[in-house]
Amino acid sequence: MKTMAFIARRVVHSIFVLFGLSLVIFTISRIMPGDPARMAVGARAPQWVVDNLREQMHLNDPLYAQYYYWLRDALHGDFGISLVTRRPVADDIKEFFPATFELALFAGIIMGGAGILLGTVSARHKDKWIDNVVRVISYLGVVTPSFVFAILFLLLFGMTLNWMPTMGRISTGLSRPSVVTGLITIDALLAGDLAVFFDALWHLILPGIALAMGGLAQEARITRSTMSDNLTKDYIASERSLGIPEKVIMRKFLLKPSLIPTISILGLDFAATLGSAFLVELIFNWPGISRYGINAMLRKDLNAIAAVIMILGVVFIIVNILVDLVVAQLDPRIRLAPGRGE
Amino acid sequence: MTAQTKSLPLARSKARENLGRNWYKFSRNPMSIVGLITVSLVVFLAVFAPLVAPHPKHASAFVDFANASRSPCRTYPFGTDVVGRDILSRIFFGFRFSLVMGVVVLALVVPPGVTLGLIAGYNQGTWLDTVIMRITDIFLAVPPLVLALAICSVLTPNLFNAMIAVSLMWWPWYTRLVYGLASTLRNEFFVNSAEAIGASEAHIIFREILPNCISPIFTKMSLDMGWVILIGSSLSFVGLGVQPPRPGLGTMVADGARYLPDQWWISVFPALAIVVIVLGFNLLGDGLRDMFAAEEV
Repeated sequence: MKTMAFIARRVVHSIFVLFGLSLVIFTISRIMPGDPARMAVGARAPQWVVDNLREQMHLNDPLYAQYYYWLRDALHGDFGISLVTRRPVADDIKEFFPATFELALFAGIIMGGAGILLGTVSARHKDKWIDNVVRVISYLGVVTPSFVFAILFLLLFGMTLNWMPTMGRISTGLSRPSVVTGLITIDALLAGDLAVFFDALWHLILPGIALAMGGLAQEARITRSTMSDNLTKDYIASERSLGIPEKVIMRKFLLKPSLIPTISILGLDFAATLGSAFLVELIFNWPGISRYGINAMLRKDLNAIAAVIMILGVVFIIVNILVDLVVAQLDPRIRLAPGRGE
Repeated sequence: MTAQTKSLPLARSKARENLGRNWYKFSRNPMSIVGLITVSLVVFLAVFAPLVAPHPKHASAFVDFANASRSPCRTYPFGTDVVGRDILSRIFFGFRFSLVMGVVVLALVVPPGVTLGLIAGYNQGTWLDTVIMRITDIFLAVPPLVLALAICSVLTPNLFNAMIAVSLMWWPWYTRLVYGLASTLRNEFFVNSAEAIGASEAHIIFREILPNCISPIFTKMSLDMGWVILIGSSLSFVGLGVQPPRPGLGTMVADGARYLPDQWWISVFPALAIVVIVLGFNLLGDGLRDMFAAEEV
């Protein structure tokens, strides 16, 4: 019951945030100098075509009416026509989004998995050499932009050592499995095609790690600090005095409470990943929504820009609600507390 | 009356004593010193770039095809790009754009962000709090880079507009930070007593609450210098920040990426320069945080 109320509160809050975000995006798309209708048809089109299009796009109506039409269409999944691909933006998004989602998911798994692992090792061997190594890695991870990692990885593992593929989601010789989820790795598994699965996974590794490094470093730092805080708590001392083996203490009593801050931050880092994906996808020629978004931005394709940001906002909010639910599941103090669970 | 205005000479010697103690705390961690030195060096190189750069002319449109695409050597320690410009000199000038970006964005962002946070935190639970904090939620709902990219893209791409775009995305972080501080400080005795003697809200917010928020704000500013520079270089990387032939660090990385792997130095050295500058500000910020945190205990 409590959990339901918690979700309901978060959903209402999210709807408000998305509404505000739509206002911001609409404002951005209208501060651009120039006539969107003229830009859509090109400089050589006759004036009457532009006039017709202006009428069609509701550009002659007052701003609040324009916003109303835009929001109404967006709620129906209609983001207009892309000026670049000449297709409905919604179709473009459907095509490109799964690639980004697959990449971000992969990066998220690395971030959480490796980050927690490094943080745990670091906390267990505090102030030993391995702790210092992890500290240096996590510092470099935090301060290095993901596009720098992407370029260095590309140069080192992709071009110089020739270990890894440098572009795209799948090798040119292989054919994509039939689309079920849009994630090639999952689709390949569903189709039972292991060759494609491993090929797609192989392609994910460099861009995935480049994207994950920043978050991974944060996760390691936070896990280390919460865990070493918790290690000094009385309940751990009493468990030790009862003769419970250190491994059992770590796994059963220490890990769960120590992961709560890490998981909260993981949600934020996952969102940041969607932002950094803009540059990493560009470098690895990854056919995702971010590369699509960047191209839209460079060509002032307003409908596509608005849709991409809106989709990212929705994903970000869903991820954060999920993270809050997981945290609430782990931490009874949050689950049972009245008021806003933030 | 606040305690600070009582007797000036005593306050001054106290301040000197505090400075010494703070410096001691700061300098105990060698990494903080590394950060301080790195930042000072970057600032020095940026300010005196025309004097210290080996080839100051190479900072903008300059062509020397005889020396194009040289790998690192004694005359060109970091090599030259495809039109023969010295990468090292361009990095020094690139620091200028990065630092200007950081300073201008923080100057634009901190005053409104902090003021809104103070107002919302002091008026916690009222409609003002709700309105301000819900608006910050909206801006925090999308990665800052994404919205900054979107704003940049509809404006003319240049450094000025990039700074505007990043500023529009950055203020909510300060609002949120100060909100948390102010909403606890509003229940302190010195705030209650100021209220009791009828002090104005402006006095309470700026004279009573703000001075107690300065250390975290200062620490965050130092860390944010690094982050803003990082976002700025990302914008430049996709072509929405510093425009060629000017030497933005991100712009240089993007230019060089086309010539990987053969002429790796064109993009790798500017990329490492970004890492150095962000690392410097981070170490410095962490040092400040340790210093202030120890003081509060």
